[in-house]
Amino acid sequence: MSNAVSALEKTSFEGFAKVSETGLRGMITLRGDLSSKPVKDAVIASTGAEVPDVRRMSRGSIGDVAWMSPDELLIVCDYRAANEVVTTLLAALDGAHALAVNVSDARAVFRIEGDGAREVLAKVAPVDLSTEGFQPDDFRRTRIAQVAAAFWMNSDDSFEVVCFRSVAQYVFDVLKVSAQEGGEVGFL
Amino acid sequence: MLTLQCPYCGVDAEETELHAEGEAHLKRFGPGSSDDEFETYLFMRENPKGVHFERWRHSNGCGKFFHAARSTTTLEVFGTYSAQTYEPPQDIKDKISAKYPGWSWRDFS
Ligand SMILES: [Zn+2]
Repeated sequence: MSNAVSALEKTSFEGFAKVSETGLRGMITLRGDLSSKPVKDAVIASTGAEVPDVRRMSRGSIGDVAWMSPDELLIVCDYRAANEVVTTLLAALDGAHALAVNVSDARAVFRIEGDGAREVLAKVAPVDLSTEGFQPDDFRRTRIAQVAAAFWMNSDDSFEVVCFRSVAQYVFDVLKVSAQEGGEVGFL
Repeated sequence: MLTLQCPYCGVDAEETELHAEGEAHLKRFGPGSSDDEFETYLFMRENPKGVHFERWRHSNGCGKFFHAARSTTTLEVFGTYSAQTYEPPQDIKDKISAKYPGWSWRDFS
């Protein structure tokens, strides 16, 4: 068995907010008709979470489920559990028209925590990150500076950012600059 | 800056989250069509001063294609709508008519 490592091996940076790479994370892309019973049932069976509303994330005992598009979900779970979640999903789908793939190794995840977390993201993504505009379990696909990314907010007010593994260093560097001491805007 | 609401995820997306995908409602002419039809399909485009219909893609977002109706002179956006349609919805056409009575664009008016 090869020794799987995450893109930046938990590198972190402490500015007016803390930015850290979170290490390996299980991620599964599920595409299908999100309003159909087989897909809804398969999501609950494999994660314990319901199919989320538009631009939301729902939480389950095995995995969290994020709304990516009208026909796509992202399941976030423990890295080692990902293959089993896919197996459960496919078994529950039982031939229904859908697709589930373990994409964990194609991605990197960053956590942003601290009072300035909203600001760190607001400076690099075209998203309303005011307290009214973005709440825990809100989920948004967008861009971070020049690359595609997605993020959600946790109940402890921290944010987690997902990007492609190939741009992990770029995203970390951008977030680091955005979180630098002295770069506080103080607006959000 | 142009802001368009994506009809699929509801986000008011600003231009940098979107990608322009050319003219809306093109009819494809492929195998079996005449050279003239194929040439028109490939190259002939509307370039109006005023009301225009375009395709956009929420590329840095949900990834879906959608349609937008807007004015190329004032940049006013009349509305965005689903990609799964052959023509603009009536409410958007009404909105344009209120502002530009007698407008027309290809076969629409
Ligand atoms: Zn969208």
